[in-house]
Amino acid sequence: MLDAFARWLAFDVLSLVPGSHLGEAARFFLYDVPKVMLLLVSVVFVMGVVHTFISPERTRVWLAGKPLGLGNVMAASLGVVTPFCSCSAVPLFIGFLSAGVPLGVTFSFLIAAPMVNEIALALLFGLFGWQVAALYLVLGLTVAIVAGLVIGKLGLELHLEDWVRAIRVGAATELGDSPPTWPDRLRAGVAHVKEIVGRVWPWLIAGIAIGAAIHGYVPQDFMAGIMGKEQWWGVPVAVALGVPMYSNAAGILPVIEALLGKGAALGTALAFMMSVIALSLPEMIILRKVLKPTLIAVFAGVVATGIMLVGFVFNAVL
Amino acid sequence: MKNVKVLGTGCRNCETTAKLVAEIAAAKGVAIELEKVTDMAAILGYGVMSTPGVVVDGKLVHAGGVPDRKKIEGWLG
Repeated sequence: MLDAFARWLAFDVLSLVPGSHLGEAARFFLYDVPKVMLLLVSVVFVMGVVHTFISPERTRVWLAGKPLGLGNVMAASLGVVTPFCSCSAVPLFIGFLSAGVPLGVTFSFLIAAPMVNEIALALLFGLFGWQVAALYLVLGLTVAIVAGLVIGKLGLELHLEDWVRAIRVGAATELGDSPPTWPDRLRAGVAHVKEIVGRVWPWLIAGIAIGAAIHGYVPQDFMAGIMGKEQWWGVPVAVALGVPMYSNAAGILPVIEALLGKGAALGTALAFMMSVIALSLPEMIILRKVLKPTLIAVFAGVVATGIMLVGFVFNAVL
Repeated sequence: MKNVKVLGTGCRNCETTAKLVAEIAAAKGVAIELEKVTDMAAILGYGVMSTPGVVVDGKLVHAGGVPDRKKIEGWLG
């Protein structure tokens, strides 16, 4: 139905020629924008409601004293649904450690929380279908769980900054708020939509516009030589390129969707995206306050390796 | 005079919270002393893990995300 609407708008209202560069770009744009927006709003709303059930304080209590393994699985899964903003990464990190959450388990949470977020999942669902979104969810969790396990096994507690180990964290205070009612929870969902969609929509529109231009103007199979399956180096290069880039999923995904249509391999594209979101320079600068350089390097190395494996697996299977 | 501390490391939500508190206090004509606490050790001392947090007269009343207007009015009222 949306497709018919986009065709009507592009070819009848704007009277562009079907099959022409501009016409195809416009149809792509007019089809993607409402579809992706609808999905984004619904998923973000549901997540806003889910957030009223889970707080970082509660997550910390659940994770305290959990052994490696079970703890990592729980931490990665909770990372997806716990409200988290990368500006809170440091207090959260210290808060977890001081409550007796093991370092490796804390890392599973910190890796999963930004990487498998509702914006990425909603857009993957909207642009590539639920299968790809589900695959991303499973593989993202796997990377977070395994990377946390590896970091936990390496026994790197010594590489925390000294002040972190010395710090005294106040007991998690009960705020004494009465539990939210359902109208409160729904309002929280609406507020979440306003906040998230209000922030990402310009990126999303810009991303879809670039994607539309690629769709209309870039020749078929142009990307096959650069981001295709045949190049084994495609995945590591994509991951390396992703680290200094700090965009949200909203801007990147529509571009990737368009590149796939031009012969790029899905594994390479997903590895690029995971790297952009999970390994960002600004986040490492924030984490540098609590981690010594060795631990930062281990963290980046382990996560990058995990993401590359995901890329290779995807390219091999699909 | 109420003492209001906004706990946060300077992210955008923390700025928004501080501004909102100042705005509502001015609108209600309540005199407040507004402080921004950015020192991580101090923030953690209040047991806050998700910023921004809000402390009114030494008592933590909020943590995580920008508080809504009604809540702020309640603290100042």
